[in-house]
Amino acid sequence: MEFKFEGRTKLITQILMGIGLIALIGGFMADGTDHHQRWWANLLVNGFFWFSISLAALFFYALNYAVEASWSALIKRCFEAMWHFLPIGGGVIIVVLAAGHFFHAHHLYHWMDNSLYHEYMVVEGDTIEFMDEATEGAVANPNYDHIIAGKQPYFVTWFFWLRTLGYIGTFLIFARLFRKWSLLEDEQPSLDLHYKQFKRSAVFLVVFAVFSSMLAWDWVMSIDVHWFSTLFGWYLFSGMWVSFMIMLNLGLIWLRSKGYYQEVSSSHMHDISKWMFAISMLWSYLWVSQFLLIWYANIPEEVTYYTQRFFSDYQVPFLITFFVNFAVPFYTLLPRDTKRNANFIVPVGLLIFIGHFADVYLLVIPGTLFDHNEFGIFEVALFLGFLGLYLNRTLSALSKAPLIPKNHPMLQESKELHY
Amino acid sequence: MQKEAAIREPLILGDKSYKDITDDVVGPIEGPAPIGWKIMITISSIVAVYGVGSILYLLGTGIGVWGLNKTVGWAWDITNFVWWVGIGHAGTLISAVLLLFRQKWRMAINRSAEAMTIFAVIMAAIFPGIHMGRIWVSYWVLPLPNQFGSLWVNFNSPLLWDVFAISTYFSVSLVFWYIGLIPDFATIRDRMTKPLSKKIYGLLSFGWSGRAKHWNRFEEVSLVLAGIATPLVFSVHSIVSMDFATSIVPGWHTTIFPPYFVSGAVFSGFAMVQTLLLIMRKGMKLENYIHVKHVEYMNIVIIVTGSIVGVAYLTELFISWYSGVEYESYAFINRFSGPYSWAYWIMMTCNVISPQLFWFKKIRRSLIATFVLSIVVNIGMWFERYVIIVTSVHRDYDPSSWGEFHPTSVDVGVFIGTLGIFFTLFLGFARFFPVLALNELKTILKSSGENFKKKQANH
Repeated sequence: MEFKFEGRTKLITQILMGIGLIALIGGFMADGTDHHQRWWANLLVNGFFWFSISLAALFFYALNYAVEASWSALIKRCFEAMWHFLPIGGGVIIVVLAAGHFFHAHHLYHWMDNSLYHEYMVVEGDTIEFMDEATEGAVANPNYDHIIAGKQPYFVTWFFWLRTLGYIGTFLIFARLFRKWSLLEDEQPSLDLHYKQFKRSAVFLVVFAVFSSMLAWDWVMSIDVHWFSTLFGWYLFSGMWVSFMIMLNLGLIWLRSKGYYQEVSSSHMHDISKWMFAISMLWSYLWVSQFLLIWYANIPEEVTYYTQRFFSDYQVPFLITFFVNFAVPFYTLLPRDTKRNANFIVPVGLLIFIGHFADVYLLVIPGTLFDHNEFGIFEVALFLGFLGLYLNRTLSALSKAPLIPKNHPMLQESKELHY
Repeated sequence: MQKEAAIREPLILGDKSYKDITDDVVGPIEGPAPIGWKIMITISSIVAVYGVGSILYLLGTGIGVWGLNKTVGWAWDITNFVWWVGIGHAGTLISAVLLLFRQKWRMAINRSAEAMTIFAVIMAAIFPGIHMGRIWVSYWVLPLPNQFGSLWVNFNSPLLWDVFAISTYFSVSLVFWYIGLIPDFATIRDRMTKPLSKKIYGLLSFGWSGRAKHWNRFEEVSLVLAGIATPLVFSVHSIVSMDFATSIVPGWHTTIFPPYFVSGAVFSGFAMVQTLLLIMRKGMKLENYIHVKHVEYMNIVIIVTGSIVGVAYLTELFISWYSGVEYESYAFINRFSGPYSWAYWIMMTCNVISPQLFWFKKIRRSLIATFVLSIVVNIGMWFERYVIIVTSVHRDYDPSSWGEFHPTSVDVGVFIGTLGIFFTLFLGFARFFPVLALNELKTILKSSGENFKKKQANH
């Protein structure tokens, strides 16, 4: 059976995309903050959030292959479709980074300011020349920040961009290969192809383990450039994984209501909901680990990050986000019956999904807009726009291949899944 | 019954029937003790007695007989404690987490892994106990109402959370293990001919009858306990890591500690399972149940957790530099180039580099290579704790108080002694208990047994 992406569904995604476009244009013009900081910050939030969901889809696909999971064989085309947003999400991230780094269009990343790295400067009229050693006529550079200057080898332009393009490029290559082999398997039944995917998935997981942490430092942790936390990469990873599981669950419920995927049973839904539950707990565990240790030790290098979120206007959303992302799944998804009940999963899933968007929002905004943040129609509209774009790309990719793979060696096990 | 995909390797080799499984597992219990077992238990008991002697000497004299000094106030004691607790993670992970993931290969290894867990946790508990110096007041760690004035436990201390975490973990693991044993004890009871043995195994099996209702309750309880045990697997080592990470000691205070300790614990636990099972399967002729595929799966867990640990080491190293905090950077520079750099490089080689050999299919399926590497990993994980603990405290903020740690013979004696006690307990288990979950194994015989899979393929 093939999915047809047309009619009302397509129109709705297009309307959402239209709303997003209006938000982009209107938001830019209406944004009164310095350098359109609010506009850029929200672009980064959405670009990263939707990119990370696609990335988690790629990760989950590889994970299922590497652990010889069978239950997911039936729905693996959904994972494939869901990573089709990777190039767009990656593109948005590149645009935001490049705009700040090369064109100084915004000031989201304080470390992109060249004046921080040099201890001295020579002022001649309007021109300022920075230098590392004191020469005649040089004065101390008031902008010099010795902590950020110490990080210079890591943030040096070529290395930073090598990494950024390296992550996105590597993910795209793997995504392409996995998709190619997956479609090829439909045409020629061969176990070799399956084992090839198994092996490449293991390789991908290794690459992902390193890159997922590093991209978290580069793109998100470096916003609060003085701050550091070794756990940060894993924390972000768990967040993207939950968001993906929710999206998958909601998507499948919708597809089944439209008459597709009738082979997918409530046992599959149960399994996905279990993942939602388990990874929500992982996220909460990592949240607490990071927070508790920083709060307990209370050293100024680290605790500033939480003071910024706790003793400010962000306090209420910050606490609600944790409550929603931990307590809601904990209490609602524990029983077996709720995991299998679409009427239950849809509202709960939507709530946690928004909770995880808010989590990403609170990772970016307090370090870029500080006390001047506003949350309004622009933010909502931009979120809807990206949602539309994401759904449009995903559903369009879903319509391009049979919904159920033909020759996956564990397909039968997946169809018979019953617990 | 669900049909298993043809590409899955069988989990039970040979032409086995239900009765063969019972015979293979219960047979060694019924027969006389083999000579190899007698030799091993003699050696380990002697070592255990030496350990008990060292502990008694320590208690009688005071913890001054350890090599601790005013700079390094924690060394082998807590290293051994964390090492043993870490080993105690594999059993519950296998029986609980793998149960939730419906991994059927766990059935061949869960019983002995859980036994190992319980014994390892007991070994771990010895160390904080004797470190108190006055072990007779060790009940003071519990928040008991008392007449001593304002004597009350410090709820802010992760050491107290440890007491709660480990005792909870121990209780749940014990109950989980015992629940699994009940049907198997009943099988033994039914086969015993001597009245006394029959009586004992009858008592142990709680009057199990094998009715459908009993099985139904059994499975439900297992699932509930698995659900409870899974967060405990995480909480125990997270809290152990907080013994260090809540402090402001550079090298200890880092947010990645909780998940990274958990991963390291699973890593070392699986290595110990490999060490024990590779001997046990040979000695008890269980090669058809614990075969190369099981070993391979466990080796894959070892690569994954070992690599997670490796990523964590490198993350710590990188962030210590990235932070720009002088003390933080120095702690790590001192680790890899200071007086204890030898320990650091042993740790790196054993934990990060050597498990990568398992990427080669030949090595990961080789029993000898696995046995050697499992011991290498256990050595590496001991050094990991040693590196974290000793190198972080031996040079702290104030250079005038820098010092070094030298273990005494009592340090060594107590540690070696716990190894002896541990192996004695495990050998006792292997002699009198059903070492495989035989009734559970029977449930997968027709879907994953080699003979049945062949029959299916021929249809």
